[in-house]
Amino acid sequence: MDNDKNEERPAMQPQDEAALLDEFERKIKAEEKIEPTDWMPEAYRKNLIRQMSQHAHSEVIGMQPEGNWISRSPSLRRKAVLLAKVQDEGGHGLYLYSATETLGISRSEMIEALQTGKAKYASIFNYPTLTWADVGAIGWLVDGAAIVNQISLQRTSYGPYSRAMIRICKEESFHQRQGYEIMYQLAKGTPEQKQMAQDSMNRFWWPSLMMFGPHDSESAHSGQSMKWKIKRQSNDELRQKFIDQTVPQIEVLGLEMPDPEIKWNEERGHYDSGEINWEEFYQVINGSGPCNHQRIKHHVKAHEDGEWVREAVRAYRAKQQAKSEENAA
Amino acid sequence: MNVEQQNLFRFLVGLGDDAVVLSHRLSEWCSNGPYLEEDIALSNIALDYIGRARMFYQYAAEIEGKGRTEDDIAYLRDERQFTNLLIHELPINDFAFTMVRQFFVDVYYCEYLKQLCESKDERIAAIAAKAVKESRYHLKRSEPWIRQLSEGTEESRRRIQAALVELENFVGELFIMSDWEKELVEAGIAVDREKLQAGWDQYIQKFLAESDLEFPDSQLQIRGGRDGIHTEHLGHMLSDMQYVQRVYPGLEW
Ligand SMILES: [Fe+2]
Ligand SMILES: [Fe+2]
Ligand SMILES: [Fe+2]
Repeated sequence: MDNDKNEERPAMQPQDEAALLDEFERKIKAEEKIEPTDWMPEAYRKNLIRQMSQHAHSEVIGMQPEGNWISRSPSLRRKAVLLAKVQDEGGHGLYLYSATETLGISRSEMIEALQTGKAKYASIFNYPTLTWADVGAIGWLVDGAAIVNQISLQRTSYGPYSRAMIRICKEESFHQRQGYEIMYQLAKGTPEQKQMAQDSMNRFWWPSLMMFGPHDSESAHSGQSMKWKIKRQSNDELRQKFIDQTVPQIEVLGLEMPDPEIKWNEERGHYDSGEINWEEFYQVINGSGPCNHQRIKHHVKAHEDGEWVREAVRAYRAKQQAKSEENAA
Repeated sequence: MNVEQQNLFRFLVGLGDDAVVLSHRLSEWCSNGPYLEEDIALSNIALDYIGRARMFYQYAAEIEGKGRTEDDIAYLRDERQFTNLLIHELPINDFAFTMVRQFFVDVYYCEYLKQLCESKDERIAAIAAKAVKESRYHLKRSEPWIRQLSEGTEESRRRIQAALVELENFVGELFIMSDWEKELVEAGIAVDREKLQAGWDQYIQKFLAESDLEFPDSQLQIRGGRDGIHTEHLGHMLSDMQYVQRVYPGLEW
């Protein structure tokens, strides 16, 4: 919709644009939110579309690895909680798609970008869920990392994104709790359950740290995003925050640290930790993670299988429309 | 357990099995639906049915009084011990099949649960009171789907018709009563499902006729669910559903 309006707008004179840019920058500086009807630089819009649609896709693709355990959940209560959690993620996806649509892109365009690999989603979901403990580890670590990121994004400069984050964060803390609860139950269970928890944490620890993106010095989009206050804290700051809050939780669980270099640094007031395997990071981002193909294929298949349904809905609506016009005539 | 308790236990487990099996099927749509909205909606309905299953199983376990839990009942019985009515266990097939099945059971539960609210057993009446509200809501979603798909495209109509044919043989069982269940009806605890049949047929036929579709009077074709005689599909569902509990017996999760 907004797109159409933009196209109708007469060509902008350079001096108008300069004034608008001033006003835009004043708002950013004053911590006022940018709203869909406000003028914004094209690059700001593009940057937001990239980040927000990537976030929406992450919610939706993230339904798959956890969905992989719905049918095998070990108790009725766990099954209900997991199903509710995955359903929430779908809701987050919907909510974020709508928020992104305010920037003048349609959901179907976004889905096409996802399916053709033009848009990305969180790489963490390209790792497989092999055991029940992985459902716990994802809730605890992956949702945990997402919360750190999203709390920071509540202060993002784009109004609809900020409001989406505020709403979504409330549910994310329930997600993290259910994940931690699963881990706790396993860690306090039999030796084989504890081993399952340890193995799962070991596998998801590093990919969770990777969720925060490359080091600040290497991050392609970070500088501009920070300047426009789309991002409010840097990748490394957020990653450190996550490590600092998670290490004590690992201690409570009584599991071995997933990284032998984790050590409290009195001077910094933070935990030190080992270096991420960046080769793996880029490999997975560039499409060669263990499940990249599977995730997209799954999404495409569901989409294609549903085509006849969407077609029927369109046809039915058209027929109803024609009928009511006939009656009106 | 005396005979009445045995009947009650059997009754509750049957209702729990209906719910757990259908919830499992509905949850299979999660991340596979034609719209993201539909993934969410079908998961919601699945959650309602899990909730029902838990309430029925918990009560059954108390009646039995042997210290079994809802999960023991759900996860540690095999095919021959599961007593769900067969319509609940049929695979999800395509979206048309899933929605026709849902429409059929929604119409059924709206009436069945309404009557079950009158049960002399207060616990059952309370479960029914909660569940009937859910089913009314489910029906409000399934009916428009049947309408849209019946009158949408040729393909969607063909798929609806195929689903109707496939389900024809499985609806009769909804209305068949065993002697032990009739005893519970006489005691004012259960509902006489036989008496629901004519109303159900009429409702379904009338609704479908508005889209120019026909559906025959339900007759008893295939039965056995309440006696643990199933389709081949249930065993696969249970081997999936019970996997963790079977591989690691006796653990808490
Ligand atoms: Fe989410
Ligand atoms: Fe998220
Ligand atoms: Fe989440």
